[in-house]
Amino acid sequence: MHPVIKLVSQRIALGLLLLFGASALIFGLTEALPGDAAQAVLGQSATPEALANLREEMGLNRPALTRYFEWLGGIVQGDMGTSLTNKLDIATSIGSRLGNTLFLAFWAALVSVPLAIFLGLLAVRYRNRWPDKLISAVTLTTISIPEFLIGYVLVYFVAVKLGMFSPLAMINDSMSFWQKLNAIALPVIVLTMVVLAHMMRMTRAAILNVMQSAYVETAELKGLSNFKVIWRHALPNAIAPIVNVVMLNLAYLVVGVVVVEVVFVYPGMGQYLVDHVTKRDVPVVLACGVIFAAIYIGLNMVADIVAILANPRLRHPK
Amino acid sequence: MNEQLTHMASQVTAGKLTRREFMGKAAALGVSAAMASTIFADAARAAGPKKGGDLKLGLQGGESTNSLDPATYASSVPYMNGRHFGDTLVEVAADGTIEPRLAESVEGSADAKVWTFKLRQGVEFHNGKTMTSEDVLKTMQRHSNEDSKSGALGIMKGIASMKADGEYFQVTLNESNADLPYLMADYHLIIQPDGGMDNPAAGIGTGPYKLEVDEPGVRHLFSKFENHWSDYGHFDSVENVVINDSTARTAALQSGQVHIANRIEPKVADLLGRAPTVTIQSTPGRGHYVFIMHCDTAPFDSNELRLALKYAINREELVEKVLRGYGSIGNDMPINAAYPLFDETIPQREFSIEKAAEHYKKSGHDGSPIILRVADAAFPGAVDAAALFQQTAQQAGIPLEIKREPNDGYWSEVWNVQPFCASYWGGRPVQDQMYSTAYLSTADWNDTRFKLKEFDDLLFAARAELDPAKRKAIYSQMGMMVRDQGGLICPMFNDFVDAVSNQLDGWETDPNGELMNGQVSRKMWFA
Repeated sequence: MHPVIKLVSQRIALGLLLLFGASALIFGLTEALPGDAAQAVLGQSATPEALANLREEMGLNRPALTRYFEWLGGIVQGDMGTSLTNKLDIATSIGSRLGNTLFLAFWAALVSVPLAIFLGLLAVRYRNRWPDKLISAVTLTTISIPEFLIGYVLVYFVAVKLGMFSPLAMINDSMSFWQKLNAIALPVIVLTMVVLAHMMRMTRAAILNVMQSAYVETAELKGLSNFKVIWRHALPNAIAPIVNVVMLNLAYLVVGVVVVEVVFVYPGMGQYLVDHVTKRDVPVVLACGVIFAAIYIGLNMVADIVAILANPRLRHPK
Repeated sequence: MNEQLTHMASQVTAGKLTRREFMGKAAALGVSAAMASTIFADAARAAGPKKGGDLKLGLQGGESTNSLDPATYASSVPYMNGRHFGDTLVEVAADGTIEPRLAESVEGSADAKVWTFKLRQGVEFHNGKTMTSEDVLKTMQRHSNEDSKSGALGIMKGIASMKADGEYFQVTLNESNADLPYLMADYHLIIQPDGGMDNPAAGIGTGPYKLEVDEPGVRHLFSKFENHWSDYGHFDSVENVVINDSTARTAALQSGQVHIANRIEPKVADLLGRAPTVTIQSTPGRGHYVFIMHCDTAPFDSNELRLALKYAINREELVEKVLRGYGSIGNDMPINAAYPLFDETIPQREFSIEKAAEHYKKSGHDGSPIILRVADAAFPGAVDAAALFQQTAQQAGIPLEIKREPNDGYWSEVWNVQPFCASYWGGRPVQDQMYSTAYLSTADWNDTRFKLKEFDDLLFAARAELDPAKRKAIYSQMGMMVRDQGGLICPMFNDFVDAVSNQLDGWETDPNGELMNGQVSRKMWFA
């Protein structure tokens, strides 16, 4: 078997094992939280009878292990079950939420990743001169400001005062593609500002690292232009750490944007998950948790594989 | 008003003059903008409701876990969903009287034990079926039977039997209760086809709008139901948009993406009210922010200590700082002037360090810290309110210690469990219901563990009493008992603070609930 295929299949098997562990951990932790779904749903209006009836209906009286393995049995057959609280099919509800989250993450990534790498290259080209310092200063500032604050400032000035974009990023199926893009413009800007610095700095550092190498010097001596040296010779050799940090940020764009979702009222996965954790809706929390874990594990796996493919020494191990 | 202005106003009423045109012409006549605006509003109102338009509400209080099953309603968005698509038998009107809805009339027997509702005929459900007394009976059974998990279960307890008979629906009670029609106005008790026994979360009712899109935690869209029985419901469509974040909600309102927003934070209400396109509607309600002590748990089993704490709280300061004036001071009883049969002569408890210190001394408390548990989940600003309370108590020598609890799980782990904590009560339409929910010895939600035989007896006596003057006297006596012996520290009643776009007309002040008791989609219209 080709070593790369072997490696990928090993990684996938390990990933599945990790997912299983993650689901058990999430289940255990949700169970450990005080209260249960019945109490959370009834809230201040809970009476002992109503609580007992609701617990019976939700099946919360059965032992925790039974419930976990039932859920596990369902999910390996692709059945996520139904939500305890609103009785809706979890797969359908998550489907549209996940679609929205990926839609936002995709456009944020499409803007931020090329921009970050380009700015990184630019910073290397003019290292320690004013463009480099300006880029660093601006991106470090935007990463340091909490994202909700950037969000509110943009909403106030751009949406309310200038009336340019919509302050709410509520999208739904009846909207056209352009309406959707218009709606998510502000959150995409915020997310770009948040992830830019990390990727840009890593690109800059990784390339600067290889700029000291002999082959870069050779390339320079060949008479190549400064930017061409960076683009053709330095970047390919620095690709592994850059891909790593890009993947980490992509994962963040999918699983870590709940604050931005709240500020812009975006119907994504984050808010969905938080709501169900508050209501102790275990099947939904598990489903969301496993999807998030899968995305995280998957993206990291891609980063590793790309790093290996980009490095001949790792590609052909002795 | 001169002749020309009168003529113009009549043109507005006839729908021949727009607001812009009217304001322009009025300015030419030398009438001030504010004056012209008032004249226009009056004239437009005289024209009666206009039909059409798509109303959008930006609401706090929706989660992706929400169901359309009326039995589960506990927050604002599901509550408003129910208001759009459903009807109850009767409704409590803004003046506290009973307004007929699906029941045309209500009649009680002389002893107030048997209540008969004459049902409106020819009312159609959104699924095309005609409402019968069987549907009403099944609905009430679903909210009161043994399997019920309804939020209305508590108020349905006193029912002995129910009966459907042609055009009539009859309820027989265990004990007399003159307030039964008010209980039937509860927002959970939406009449559903077959009582919702087969599919409670279908969202099918008899209301002015029928369900189009149900995305819990995101939005709920309703469109006009052409065969609705009443004159209410003037919009083509109504959409509840879930915007839990307060800043996002105000931004959406300011930019015109929604027309109405609820739960405006007192600190931004003044600023928002200055915007030319928005009016802040502050409605004194029955909801109250409280600190509750268990009367049967040490050290709160001493009435002297309870009194000491009641005197040690500065109510004016709390209303001013926590509610920013959008509220009124409480009097350590759960009742205020918004209730029918309220006795205005009950003396107001004043803040007094001396009296607090005196009662504290008499209580003989050993000086160990008194732990007050709070979280902002109890009410917005609860933590700040507790800090202010702690400072004033300190001056009286009462060692109050604040313990912050997590918001998450507050209602199951702290409220009604810990002996001293912050809490919130939404109020009830009538005094009887408020007292029987939380102050009767046997009530499940007796969160102050207030158990007084005389009080219970008075409560039952008031229920059977049909003479309003005598009932008022009894309620006054009961209020004094809670005020002087109860475990309730009630510093303030909060207002409902809603913000409404000036494009809308038809707002009425209604103390029964936020957003005009949820009637905005029925009674308002685009001007």
